[in-house]
Amino acid sequence: MKQVFSKPVSLKDVQTHFCPGCHHGSIHRLVAEAMDSFGIADKTIGCASVGCSVFLYGYFNIDVVESPHGRAPAVATGVKRARPDRIVFTYQGDGDLAAIGTSEIIHAANRGEKITVIFVNNTTYGMTGGQMAPTTMPGQKTSTSPNGRDVANDGKPFKMAELLSNLDGVAYSARVALNSPKNVLQAKKIIKNAFQYQVEGKGFAFIEALAACPTNWGMNPLAANQRVGSEMIPYFPLGVFKNNENL
Amino acid sequence: MPYIVIEEERCKGCGLCTIACPKKLVQLSSQPNALGYTLAVFSNPENCTGCCLCAEMCPDVAITVFKEDTQ
Amino acid sequence: MSALKRKFVKGNEAVAMAAIEAGVQCYFGYPITPQSDIPEYLSRELPKNGGTFIQVESEIGAINMVLGASACGVRAMTSSSGPGISLKQEGISYMAGSELPGVIVDIMRSGPGLGGIDASQADYHQATKGGGHGGYRIIVLAPNSAQEMYDLTMLAFDLSDQYRMPAMVLADSVLGQMKESIVTNPRPKVDLPAKDWAVRGTGGGQQHVVKSLYLGDGEMEKFHWKMHARYQELADKEARWEAFAADDAELIVTAFGCTSRIARTAVEMARAEGIKVGLMRPVTLFPFPKKAYADLSSHCKKWLTIELSTGQMVDDVRLAVARDAEVEFYGRPPGAGSLPTPEELFTQIKKFC
Repeated sequence: MKQVFSKPVSLKDVQTHFCPGCHHGSIHRLVAEAMDSFGIADKTIGCASVGCSVFLYGYFNIDVVESPHGRAPAVATGVKRARPDRIVFTYQGDGDLAAIGTSEIIHAANRGEKITVIFVNNTTYGMTGGQMAPTTMPGQKTSTSPNGRDVANDGKPFKMAELLSNLDGVAYSARVALNSPKNVLQAKKIIKNAFQYQVEGKGFAFIEALAACPTNWGMNPLAANQRVGSEMIPYFPLGVFKNNENL
Repeated sequence: MPYIVIEEERCKGCGLCTIACPKKLVQLSSQPNALGYTLAVFSNPENCTGCCLCAEMCPDVAITVFKEDTQ
Repeated sequence: MSALKRKFVKGNEAVAMAAIEAGVQCYFGYPITPQSDIPEYLSRELPKNGGTFIQVESEIGAINMVLGASACGVRAMTSSSGPGISLKQEGISYMAGSELPGVIVDIMRSGPGLGGIDASQADYHQATKGGGHGGYRIIVLAPNSAQEMYDLTMLAFDLSDQYRMPAMVLADSVLGQMKESIVTNPRPKVDLPAKDWAVRGTGGGQQHVVKSLYLGDGEMEKFHWKMHARYQELADKEARWEAFAADDAELIVTAFGCTSRIARTAVEMARAEGIKVGLMRPVTLFPFPKKAYADLSSHCKKWLTIELSTGQMVDDVRLAVARDAEVEFYGRPPGAGSLPTPEELFTQIKKFC
């Protein structure tokens, strides 16, 4: 008998604080699998952000720098420019990247910093209790949009993968989801590609991962998972929007 | 015969594995554990093909999969 | 070892030259009057010296890049003025909380808000009292000449590395823009602790984490007392000041930065008329050299604090000497036309005597 599926080496063997059905755990695992596949964990420096993913250092066997809210792409720029031979990635949520951090992500992307950015879009602010996010969908009720997101008041949700793909400095931009085995396997390939860009020194790579937030959506894990497919994917289409190296 | 092991210390009873398995071999227990989670339980192992889809779906990396060594 | 040369440079240029001599690896900055000469100089010279220069999207981006580079154990610097320094406060707080070195140069201009571009000293509190949240301090050095803009920038890097905390060089538009002759002193040979805490990629070894989050029972309290002890050590070992004609003084004028130059001329004018007045100039604003002030107040019972503000450093002067001495204040809040003349300060000296 052979073990054909196991925990990646660069992921710590600990129970996570993520809620049941939260896709952060899956995304963490795919990032760790990508690092293992290239054998790069021992030269990787992660830039943690603020949100449910703040405890990055508790889950990956890699060096980590904590960044202020939204600033991870700037911190990662500092790290990568100081240590160009290291692998540097950020891991950010929708408030972090698409609200307070819009300046930092756009400019790091525009400069073509040779880093990898993992952006988790669950259409809400998880850690702080389910407030509206820049990615909250029209009509979606949150603790700060109790009557549903009103486009006239708050605009429409951002589509970050498409927005960034328009910048010349971006070499790879894609959107994935974790709501079905097929999508998980596809996400695995795409996240690996995103790290391959950096391993080969080929430029800025951006992955937007659609995720469920059962607790703040007020749904059980299976219903929340269902929502990703039925409501989010039609609005935030999966796919690769930029792929300079045709990986 | 392939089989899976669900680590009870890691499983949070989210149920995502139950919709991943093409043979519906994983179900949630009706009894909550000490933390209040209704753990996933593997049954009818004779039908397991070792496809790993349950493990791929599990956000808590609670599932390991074993398959015959074909060499 | 670079040859000792005399150069006639702007104060801002002296800062940039010293940063290169000090081995700065990364500079991240944004233009703002009156300090744009610093990024301009470094954009030309830093890459030639093997370093990285980026003009970044905002002062927020800049301080966070300094955080990231410093976390890797390299020397990193940024520079700005009032509005930009306000933007950096969050990043500086994170650096203090993460025990990261790094140099921030603040060439003060008038405020609040957009204010103006004239020299100001009204950011003294912002600089010395932990301008961001959380209850921390940073090392603050106050040059008063182009030579000190050079030497104190190099000292800022050394103290910052020695004590694992951010260090600020606090100057103003007069010091930044004026041209003086300087000697390009070589980087001092200092024994500094190894940065074995830096992130580098584990290489299979122990994980290094640079963070300021402390959630465990008692952890944050312990951190605060550790910092408190470090600030005390700074006060005991690193306080710097310059006293002129103070030993027999019956009145001591105290001022920092460019104001101290004008005050010195006024003190010399007073001495020429036989008035026993001296000058006390703090060089470290944090740690404020309060023991040196207290020692002088044992014989000198009158102090005149002069600032380009409505009074900020005067609070620290009073804390240091008010038990033994009388403290008066004369201020010229910043703005066009508000730089005092030596005659004006001489009049104030005579008034108080």
